[in-house]
Amino acid sequence: MAKPQPKKRTAAQVLGDVIFYVVVLIILGFFLAPFLWMVFNSFKTPLQIAKMPPDWIFTPTLANYQNVFSSQKFGNYLWNSIVIGAGSTFFGLVLGLPAAYAIARYKQYGIATAILIARIVPGITFLIPLFILFRQLQMIDTYQSLILAHMLVALPFIVWVMVPFFESIPQELEEAARVDGASILQAFFQIILPISGPGIVTGAILAFVFSWNNFMFSIQLATSNTKTVPVAIYNFIGYAQIDWGGLMAAAVTITLPVLVLALFTQRYVIRGLTAGAVKG
Amino acid sequence: MSNFLDRNVKWLFPLPAILFILVMMVFPILYTVWNSMTPWSISAGRPPTFFGLENYQKLPDDSRFVASIGRTFYFTILAVSLEVILGVAIALLLNREFRFKRIINSIMLLPMMATPVAIAMVWLLMYVPTTGIINFVLRAFGLPEGLWVYNAQSVIPALALVDVWEWTPMIILICLAGLTALPHDPFEAAVVDGASTWQTIRYITLPMLMPTISVATLLRLIDAIKTFDIIYTMTQGGPGFTSETINIYAFVQSFQYFNFGYASSVLVVFFAVVLSVSLLVTYSRRSLEI
Repeated sequence: MAKPQPKKRTAAQVLGDVIFYVVVLIILGFFLAPFLWMVFNSFKTPLQIAKMPPDWIFTPTLANYQNVFSSQKFGNYLWNSIVIGAGSTFFGLVLGLPAAYAIARYKQYGIATAILIARIVPGITFLIPLFILFRQLQMIDTYQSLILAHMLVALPFIVWVMVPFFESIPQELEEAARVDGASILQAFFQIILPISGPGIVTGAILAFVFSWNNFMFSIQLATSNTKTVPVAIYNFIGYAQIDWGGLMAAAVTITLPVLVLALFTQRYVIRGLTAGAVKG
Repeated sequence: MSNFLDRNVKWLFPLPAILFILVMMVFPILYTVWNSMTPWSISAGRPPTFFGLENYQKLPDDSRFVASIGRTFYFTILAVSLEVILGVAIALLLNREFRFKRIINSIMLLPMMATPVAIAMVWLLMYVPTTGIINFVLRAFGLPEGLWVYNAQSVIPALALVDVWEWTPMIILICLAGLTALPHDPFEAAVVDGASTWQTIRYITLPMLMPTISVATLLRLIDAIKTFDIIYTMTQGGPGFTSETINIYAFVQSFQYFNFGYASSVLVVFFAVVLSVSLLVTYSRRSLEI
């Protein structure tokens, strides 16, 4: 068949396209509106926030951000979230990569099932025993206890992403290295891991983001020294009068890094989140 | 040394992860089961002693617990069914080549990656009945206003709407990935046979996409039934107890009343509920061969 020449499209086709793009715009509006509203209000004074109809044009104030970072010790909480997120991701990889490899190569599916049970069991089931355990060991409000708890979130993501990834690597690669006299450890570290970059990046990002977002473990296992940002934000509404401006500034601060990370690596992240689901 | 490693790599590689699982998962689960058979609470001030199934016998008479079960299912079914219907419909709509498709994929990623607590706070602000933007927009269009999370009747649907906003994109992305993986032949045959767009979707696309849809539904069910962050930060189970789901009730029993024993029995029942829902969905999928 000849390549269709660009021709005048019928009125019906143009109308169809217009309707399509309008519907797409409505869908986008629905998913974007809360983000825009959050950013918009973070630059407003309490009086402006309470005003309806809203002022669409106004002089932005940075007071909310200054308030968040100076009086609320927010910098400390951000640092805590980074340490705990990075720590649980790092140790999640240390435990998860070899485990995922064993599951993929030696069909250790029992371990995979056990790790995925962490997804089904309600988080509080872990929280009560861990709270009691860490209190006995005087580990409440330490980085160690929070990193350990957050690994419950990180590890399943890493295994979930890495098992299909390792399964897709041809076994011949490893066998060729073995014929050349490499031990399994050497083959794993020098052949397999270097070509697993995309998988490791995907797993690590998902693990970090969901540790960063985690609220339930931090609210009970951290008090003042290791409090993470989601808990800090929640504490904002503990007062009689809600400081919406400060709340929105804090929300922007915590959400922005995650969204930037997700956007820069979206190709991997989409693959990671949908892994396993499509195969059925 | 190297030989030993090579022979036992099957077990040595996952060993650290297995130890972690034993300490951080198996121990807490078993401990919770044991706890559920003790009357332990901080206020009792004595070490826990085994007393069998007494906690479980109290559960059916606990009206707050019974109500929380119904509420959990109300929230979950409402949220997930909306997510699946909207998600599949939007995925079918977006399943064609057009400009901005990549940008739209990125935007879909944002709601589910954003920190739930931050998201909850924004919705709380938008839901404020007097000065919130949502009621303002409804008013502008002459539609009835709502009290959203500030009212016993509307609190669960209002919370479900936040969940729909957050997780419909996951269904969309999974279905889009599933749609690109479908074979082309049946569609070509349909075109030759002169099937309409609607017939193609109804008799070819949807049946072939069904395995993907059901896995996505199962994943959402398992997570939605356990929703915690949004509910706890927006309403703490209120007004009154009208948005108290099982998860919230277990948390309140544990960390506000410190009834660890009783809370554990709630959790064991909750786990049984989550497990049977996932088994039910998996089983019905198999027996229907979809």
